[in-house]
Amino acid sequence: MESLSLCKPNLEEFAQTLLALASQNKDILVVTGDSRGSGKLVPFGKTLPAQIVEIGIAEQNLVGISAGLASAGKKVFTVAPACFLTSRSLEQIKNDVAYSDNPVKLIGISAGVSYGALGSTHHSIHDYAVLRAIHNIDIVSPADNFETRKVIEAAVDHPRPIYIRMGKKPMYDLHTPDTRFEVGKAIVLSEGSDVTFLATGEPLSRAVMAAHLLEQEGLSVGVISMHSLCPFDEAAILRAAQHTKVMVSVEEHSVHGGLGSLIASLLMQNGFCPRLKIIGIPDEYTVTGSQKEIFCHYGIIPEGLAETARQTLNAKEN
Amino acid sequence: MDYHELAYKSIQYRRTILRIIKQANAGHTGGSLSCIDILNVLYNHVLNVTPSSFDDPNRDRYIQSKGHSVEALYTVLADRGFFPQEDLENLGRFQSHLIGHPTRKVRGIEQNTGALGHGLSLAVGTALAAKIDSKTYRVYTLLGDGELTEGSNWEAAMAASHYKLDNLIVIVDRNTLQITGRTEDVMSLEPLEDKFRAFGFAIQHVGGHDLPALVKVFEQIPFKPGKPNLVLAHTVKGKGVSFIEDKAHWHHHVPTDEEYRTAQAELDQAERKWQAKHGIVEPL
Repeated sequence: MESLSLCKPNLEEFAQTLLALASQNKDILVVTGDSRGSGKLVPFGKTLPAQIVEIGIAEQNLVGISAGLASAGKKVFTVAPACFLTSRSLEQIKNDVAYSDNPVKLIGISAGVSYGALGSTHHSIHDYAVLRAIHNIDIVSPADNFETRKVIEAAVDHPRPIYIRMGKKPMYDLHTPDTRFEVGKAIVLSEGSDVTFLATGEPLSRAVMAAHLLEQEGLSVGVISMHSLCPFDEAAILRAAQHTKVMVSVEEHSVHGGLGSLIASLLMQNGFCPRLKIIGIPDEYTVTGSQKEIFCHYGIIPEGLAETARQTLNAKEN
Repeated sequence: MDYHELAYKSIQYRRTILRIIKQANAGHTGGSLSCIDILNVLYNHVLNVTPSSFDDPNRDRYIQSKGHSVEALYTVLADRGFFPQEDLENLGRFQSHLIGHPTRKVRGIEQNTGALGHGLSLAVGTALAAKIDSKTYRVYTLLGDGELTEGSNWEAAMAASHYKLDNLIVIVDRNTLQITGRTEDVMSLEPLEDKFRAFGFAIQHVGGHDLPALVKVFEQIPFKPGKPNLVLAHTVKGKGVSFIEDKAHWHHHVPTDEEYRTAQAELDQAERKWQAKHGIVEPL
């Protein structure tokens, strides 16, 4: 745990990366629905005022206009809270972006349960599930500043629509600068024969910490960053399934329709039946509290994940 | 193209619309006949777009928000050479690109529409891109009056005005009918002009089947510099066939064999009247 160093929130990394890219490319536009503050885009607006388009609080129009701009050749980064972007304007995402193949880059900010005690109206624990069911939109959930920077750089010329989601809190550095990043390709941080954690997005750091706890107990533990839910790196999961006893998926999303569901479906259809635990937000009235308290309640913390892995491993051995 | 030629095309377009709907045994008869004269004028007189310039970033754009009237759009695009006329025979067939709402799989179509209340936002974004890039193309979008109850239209109308999109032309096919009945009975739209004016539009009324008037109204764009343009086109749903006109149940009714023969006979008569007046048959 001590080996991880804290870095800035992914949102800040996103905003700084985009400002640098847009300074060199006038076709890059930020389109936002009264979210430049929460999207850390105030410096972008001040530095490149001609490259930020304000739509106001009107998510349907936000996405429809973004699709129109993209159809005319602009590199459009549409920024809004993930909870509203992927529900209020879902039909615009489905039809105007994905079906019409307008390569908008949808940036869902303050995703998952980042808004904490603001409650379920502001949580987005459905977005992977709904977007996975729509053809022609890629889904990436970066875990740290490195993955954030890489996916934003890749998004500029990405040929298809893409949804990128991130939270608000400072992250830990999880990768070295020379790590290879590609949309749709998992990053294997470590391999293990007892337990493999497969995490998407910001909970990856908790999985890394959980792995450290279990390694101190003598277990062999792997960690894989499944930053892309679409395209989904099936090969990485099938490889891991061949050499690990227990798999634990971790996501800041409903346990239905997200990473865990994808893994379970993939494994079953390929003849694997390892012991799998899906850790996320259960199907219930989400407990109230800060993001940290919600994570703690649902076991999305190093100790909780380690305990889940231990119990699952022991149950299998019994 | 002069008005007489446009008028002849309108008759032939109506024949084609009825024929392809009858053949596919599906389609939106009333709305396609309602907007066909508008499309005729746009594609034969107004829009700076041809099959060869369709990939030109400077082309004019047409986005049909009332996507269900796609038979009118297919008919005009085929006539203009965006795709072969014989492709029209594939309407609604298995694995055909010519489905019941516009898709970009069909050359000439800018955006996939069909869910209502989407076209105006798409058009605003496309027009805004022209302003940002200092391009001179214009963006035309056709809205049904029934779809104006979708709130997204008014979000888009606000943005069109905010960004002073005088390169955006919104055409409302005001035939006063939607699938259930009169628009005013389903959900009152009037005073429609006042609503758009309050949202910052410059407005012109026009008879939506009056070809010279349509030509003239589009020649006046921009109606007022710095304001988005609204053409309130007063139309008759099912226009051109007496027993189809102004009847809600013809929204997506497919003519029976008898109705089809009668309808084509009425269009025969319209064509004979045109020939008597102009003395020639203009090949399409």
